[in-house]
Amino acid sequence: MKYIDEYRNPELVHKLADEIAATVTRKWHIMEICGGQTHAIMKYNLIELLPEEITLIHGPGCPVCVTPVEKIDRALAIAYSDKTILTSFGDMMRVPGSESDLLKARSEGCDIRMVYSPLDAVDIATANPHMSVIFFAIGFETTAPANALALLKATRLNISNFFLLASPVLVPPAIHTILSAKDTNIDGLLAPGHVCAVTGSEDYIRISEQFRIPVAITGFEPVDILKGILATVRMLENGINELTNCYRRSVRKNGNIHALKTMYEVFEICDMRWRGIGLIRGSGLSIKEKYSAFDAEKKFDFSTTYRHDPGICIAGAVLSGRLRPSDCPAFARACTPENPLGAPMVSSEGACAAYYKYSS
Amino acid sequence: MIMEISCPTPHNRYDKIILAHGSGGRLSDRLIHDIIIKELDKAYIDSSHDGAILEIPGKLAFTTDSFVVSPLFFPGGDIGQLAVNGTVNDLVSCGATPLYLSLSLILEEGLLINELAQVISSMAAAATRAGIKIVTGDTKVVEKGKADKIFINTTGIGSVAGNRSISPYRCMAGDKIIITGTIADHGISILSTREGLSFESPVTSDCAPMNEIAELIFSATDDIHVLRDPTRGGIASALNEISHTSAKEIIIDEASLPFKEQVKGACEIMGMDPLYLANEGKLLVFLPDKHADSVLKAIKSHPLGREAAIIGRVSNGEPGVKIKTLVGSTRIVDMISGEQLPRIC
Amino acid sequence: MDGMKMAKVSFSGVIKTICTEWVPEAKIGDYVLSHAGTAISIVDPEEARETLSLLDEMR
Repeated sequence: MKYIDEYRNPELVHKLADEIAATVTRKWHIMEICGGQTHAIMKYNLIELLPEEITLIHGPGCPVCVTPVEKIDRALAIAYSDKTILTSFGDMMRVPGSESDLLKARSEGCDIRMVYSPLDAVDIATANPHMSVIFFAIGFETTAPANALALLKATRLNISNFFLLASPVLVPPAIHTILSAKDTNIDGLLAPGHVCAVTGSEDYIRISEQFRIPVAITGFEPVDILKGILATVRMLENGINELTNCYRRSVRKNGNIHALKTMYEVFEICDMRWRGIGLIRGSGLSIKEKYSAFDAEKKFDFSTTYRHDPGICIAGAVLSGRLRPSDCPAFARACTPENPLGAPMVSSEGACAAYYKYSS
Repeated sequence: MIMEISCPTPHNRYDKIILAHGSGGRLSDRLIHDIIIKELDKAYIDSSHDGAILEIPGKLAFTTDSFVVSPLFFPGGDIGQLAVNGTVNDLVSCGATPLYLSLSLILEEGLLINELAQVISSMAAAATRAGIKIVTGDTKVVEKGKADKIFINTTGIGSVAGNRSISPYRCMAGDKIIITGTIADHGISILSTREGLSFESPVTSDCAPMNEIAELIFSATDDIHVLRDPTRGGIASALNEISHTSAKEIIIDEASLPFKEQVKGACEIMGMDPLYLANEGKLLVFLPDKHADSVLKAIKSHPLGREAAIIGRVSNGEPGVKIKTLVGSTRIVDMISGEQLPRIC
Repeated sequence: MDGMKMAKVSFSGVIKTICTEWVPEAKIGDYVLSHAGTAISIVDPEEARETLSLLDEMR
């Protein structure tokens, strides 16, 4: 697989690991932000290859994990309504809402379908004109443009039975919140490569300046991740607080202006409550008034009120990098992938699930 | 004038299964003889009796399995083939020569008779290919919604030669592990037919009987410890079961796992881990190191075994499965919980 | 298709149709980074080559 296999080359990986070991002179804490990066780190056990001085902290880069409980409850309410087809990414199916999850609802007869792309959900709407088809639109800036495009596709096709249940989130505000916390212990950041492919690097330059912290835009294969770590370590050792792009083959400074244009055509910035973390101002996207005819929140009546997450779940601390999954008293005991108490144990991008699956 | 009163109610007036097809009356009889037994043809030994009386040489291997796959027809196979080959492969995993199958059908009201005929015909072809006979069976019909078109239950009988003893308990430190071909083909083939996850160039299931490959293995050496067909849950689940049953550590080498390029690509796109995806025409072979090369050669001489490879070894460490990754590090391969769901980012 | 630019892409022989509205400069033979059915970036072969050769030079 071109542009994938080369970045899994064991020789290159070891060269990078050796170079990192040769460069560090003291302990550093580096946070990787994207769930895809967490997954790759665990899958290839890159921690085994890194020197002891480097501690990797897993950030809130799992959009599935941070989707607010009330949005899941609303998705369920929609699924149980008459003449509805709820469509969703596969990952959301098992995440627990207040009382149930989409997979359980499907087993009870709700028409809930997994799709790979929100554009497929529009096709389902076209094929089922007498049903309301709702897409559970979650994701970061990598996915939000696709969610927006689906809505625009529906307008172009002139269909009135397609809706978005919108819950996309923006990464930079969450990083601000985490880095602003009093007990933060993060020296450097690996910025999410695919998010930056869309948004460009501007926000992350600002984060680097504001918090005086080195940031490396990083990809997802083992070579990419170690490159990002090496670049961050070099900056840390030399007291440099800048942004560097270690994923230049896919990320340009200005990102993808077409994708951003689509995203901001449909969405506007709003406050969002991140599951486990709480309210983060200006961190979410909601559907503009202009497109309210496609907004599931306007079409369906919801009487659900916000319910608190189970107290024992420490998702917030895990997502902010303050604690590891293994620090949680419920980890691998009361909370397992078969019986998850919180989102990070369910989502395959979640730190808890990755720890459970890949470490002893 | 004598009038002949007859109510033939010919079965071919029905193109769908109705409840009466399962009631044991004339319609049932017609279904069984005119569709099922007819399609089974030479693969069926008709004893016209409630049970079959058979002579089995040596020790008896006995297995049972149920098949509920949806969709019924997928690229590279169907539920009928799966049922026969799956049962044959379970018997092969006991070190047995597969001989006879029973066939129990639960049909959903509304199932197209054409589809049933196709499935049975497919079973007949698979049985003939594997050299086994279907000797007894049963058919029931349930109301619409109580079954997913067809559920098939089989029991398989085979004979185990002499002092052959193939079992997970025989997995020993120092053993090498061979897989007879590429992994995850069936799992991806099934996923590719489900709504929302379709591909324009089909990835076909590897559904196939392993009895000929097993014969080649035993002709190279009788000193085989474990055989296993890694179906649901993939090689990860099969290896974990064997590891925990025998209380041995299993280490596999990611770089040596054989894949079809398309299957690798499909797993990448969907964020699926191929270690946990089903295989329906493969065997895992555990054997002493000294025989590994000759057995590998024997397997590769068969068309179904061309991509066979040595993928790992057994050691005396903590029970569990580890994988040496492409980049040289080692990590744990755990049992999966629930169904794998595709990732989005 | 449906007013949107689409293209066939191949992942190791698996063919998918994805939306290429956002990579108007993409030509046949280009590699793209795609996500959720949309192409979000064209892979720059020069940058890729440079990265790998820099790594090769590391002792």
